[in-house]
Amino acid sequence: MSGVKSRADLEKLRRAILSGRDFAKPCISVCAGTGCLALGCKKVIAALRDEVQKQGLEGRVEVKETGCPGFCEKGTVVVVYPQGICYLKVTPDDAAEVVSQTVNAGKAIDHLLYTDPVSGQKAIHEHEIPFYQKQMRFLLGNNSRIDPKNIDDYIALGGYDALAKALFQMSPEGVIEEVRRSGLRGRGGGGFPAARKWQTVRDAKDGPKYVVVNCDEGDPGAFMDRALMEGNPHSVLEGLAIAAYALGAHEGFIYVRAEYPLAVENAAVAIQQAENYGLLGDNILGSGFGFRVKIQRGAGAFVSGESSALMTAIEGRVGEPRPKYVHTSERGVWGRPTCLNNVETLANVPIIINRGADWYAEIGTEGSKGTKIFSLVGKVNNTGLVEVPMGISLRDIVFGIGGGIPGGKEFKAVQTGGPSGGCIPERLLDSGVDFDELGSLGSMMGSGGMIVMDEDTCMVDTARYFLDFLADESCGKCTPCREGIRQMLSILNGICEGRGKDGDIELLQELSVAIRETSLCALGATAPNPVLTTIQYFRDEYEAHIRDRRCPAHVCRELISYYIDPARCQACLICLKNCPAEAISGGKDRIHVIDQSRCTRCGNCLDLCPTRFAAVRKMSGQPVPPSLPEEDRLLVRSEE
Amino acid sequence: MGQDQIDHILDRYVGQDGALIQLLLDLQQELNWVPKEAVQRITERLQIPLSQVYRVASFYNSISLELRGRHTISVCLGTACQVRNGPRVMDRITEVLGINPGETTADMRFTLERVNCLGCCALGPVMVVDGQYHGRVLPAKAEEILQGYD
Repeated sequence: MSGVKSRADLEKLRRAILSGRDFAKPCISVCAGTGCLALGCKKVIAALRDEVQKQGLEGRVEVKETGCPGFCEKGTVVVVYPQGICYLKVTPDDAAEVVSQTVNAGKAIDHLLYTDPVSGQKAIHEHEIPFYQKQMRFLLGNNSRIDPKNIDDYIALGGYDALAKALFQMSPEGVIEEVRRSGLRGRGGGGFPAARKWQTVRDAKDGPKYVVVNCDEGDPGAFMDRALMEGNPHSVLEGLAIAAYALGAHEGFIYVRAEYPLAVENAAVAIQQAENYGLLGDNILGSGFGFRVKIQRGAGAFVSGESSALMTAIEGRVGEPRPKYVHTSERGVWGRPTCLNNVETLANVPIIINRGADWYAEIGTEGSKGTKIFSLVGKVNNTGLVEVPMGISLRDIVFGIGGGIPGGKEFKAVQTGGPSGGCIPERLLDSGVDFDELGSLGSMMGSGGMIVMDEDTCMVDTARYFLDFLADESCGKCTPCREGIRQMLSILNGICEGRGKDGDIELLQELSVAIRETSLCALGATAPNPVLTTIQYFRDEYEAHIRDRRCPAHVCRELISYYIDPARCQACLICLKNCPAEAISGGKDRIHVIDQSRCTRCGNCLDLCPTRFAAVRKMSGQPVPPSLPEEDRLLVRSEE
Repeated sequence: MGQDQIDHILDRYVGQDGALIQLLLDLQQELNWVPKEAVQRITERLQIPLSQVYRVASFYNSISLELRGRHTISVCLGTACQVRNGPRVMDRITEVLGINPGETTADMRFTLERVNCLGCCALGPVMVVDGQYHGRVLPAKAEEILQGYD
């Protein structure tokens, strides 16, 4: 297909794509996102293709690899069109049945459908599954309908129409005004109003100007930007092109982590295809506006996601932040005005232009509009990506969509905002998801990681974990961050290892204030948040570690002991044979005993003790009962 | 690796501004590390001071200035894996191999890496060996998995 030279051409192209498609033709779409790839979806895809051939259906059935629909817990996720039947936990062994039963005979396969854990009721379509029901999926919804490597799929769904609308019906100022009225705030974490940033860059005198997509998603436990860039790259590109038009840039960058090879690949394919159609490049759609995009891979440094650091990384230098007396929107890449937006922020832009600011501003709360994607992970039944309207309560997400905590365990906290965020306890679960509300709880929206923690998670260890991460990722340029985080980490390590002392908590709080006030960039300034929120909401756990040398969640290795209950041990030898420290004595018909002085507390024995015996116990803060004398260790089996 | 292979990668970037990170990543991807010869060659051909190349190469986690083992183990310690016993998996592997994250065993069999979120949290705790994902691993299982690699 040659260049699309006008808005009418784009419409013609869309009609041509649609008329060439037979919507009655069966299509098996398989999630090929990161989660399902890890589960082995490539084998499922191969098996399905194989089966289509075997059953003589070649050319009559399409097997499509799509982006991530979000329900990672139940991968591999397969949707069979035209009926839209949704299958979960599909394995290569199911391929024959899917093709013969569903594609050929139009029947749903019972055992692959979603089953409600309580009522036992089956759900045939995506929208009947509770996990999806409470979501509002404007950004993720198209992922399962699009082959990210085929621009025609995106255009068929109305793609690039927003760009055409902006170019032909709106002035650049009009675009900024529309975005301003929509209330769109940056999804990267800070929540800065997108339009205000655009306006600053537009008003800057120096040219050329640049626009940059930040896909350097580094928060541990967050992967929504990845899912968008991998699953629907054109939606991001379209948003980027609209931003470029609005603020007068002709060159843009996609800054994406090299650790996301599929995102790099799909973005590159998308740029190429858009250029081939004339949707990127010189004179886009004959409008006279030109815009080119280049991919810059990030080489793995958390701090390089910070705006000023990211700019220097794009220039091929060490990605360290600089003081921001002058903002990057005035002096960014190569010292030129640069607009940096997050992936998810830009993916919202085509929707705003298409449906209008009024429609968009209806969704969400007073100060936070639209939807937000979270990666709901950790100790939760339905792990996955969820897209929800702003304002929905944390409880609705964790329990309504996430299906609660596995194994009948007690909920303890939900962590939002990554290493800059905080842990929110059960009593605040009715708080709404909103930039300002989460901030007032001491946490933050962040990029959208939402990690659920249960009674087995130690909150002191969690704070220690985040500081350990940040100590490692601190670039070292400013002293408060480099040295301060290290000192806080050393105190926390002490507490977790049973060397905590009175005054540690107060010292942590004091250091927190100093680091927050004096660090150069947001990495340092927000680093104390995980510590401060855990002290605020879970002070009793800190005190138990310090005063009683007890880890209530039984996590901190130096504070726990493993013990075999002689009344339950069946002398099965499993723990004994697998103890790496050879700390367990016993034998056939001899009750096993752990030598506490040799035990390294690796927990192998507890993992491996058969659940029907459940003889191994973890304990903390209390003395281990004395071992049975040798002569009493003979196992008497009552049933024999 | 020969100089030809290095030059071939550098050819893509000669004369471009800001290409240093991109070419280091290409070298890393194709050679699995960035040897001294390559660093030297960059300074010669791209006229970038040696100190600057080392500064950039040593700053970023994805670039290795040391020869890596035959197999790469990545243990995920993203927050989701962290709360699902990821640290115990890491502890076990470091104990079994006798190395810390970021190091390579003396026999060049394994390089051990800590990664922060692989995006497949439903499988946590996750470890990846040479691109092969292993989900919901218990420490004992991790040890078993490693026995499959020579």
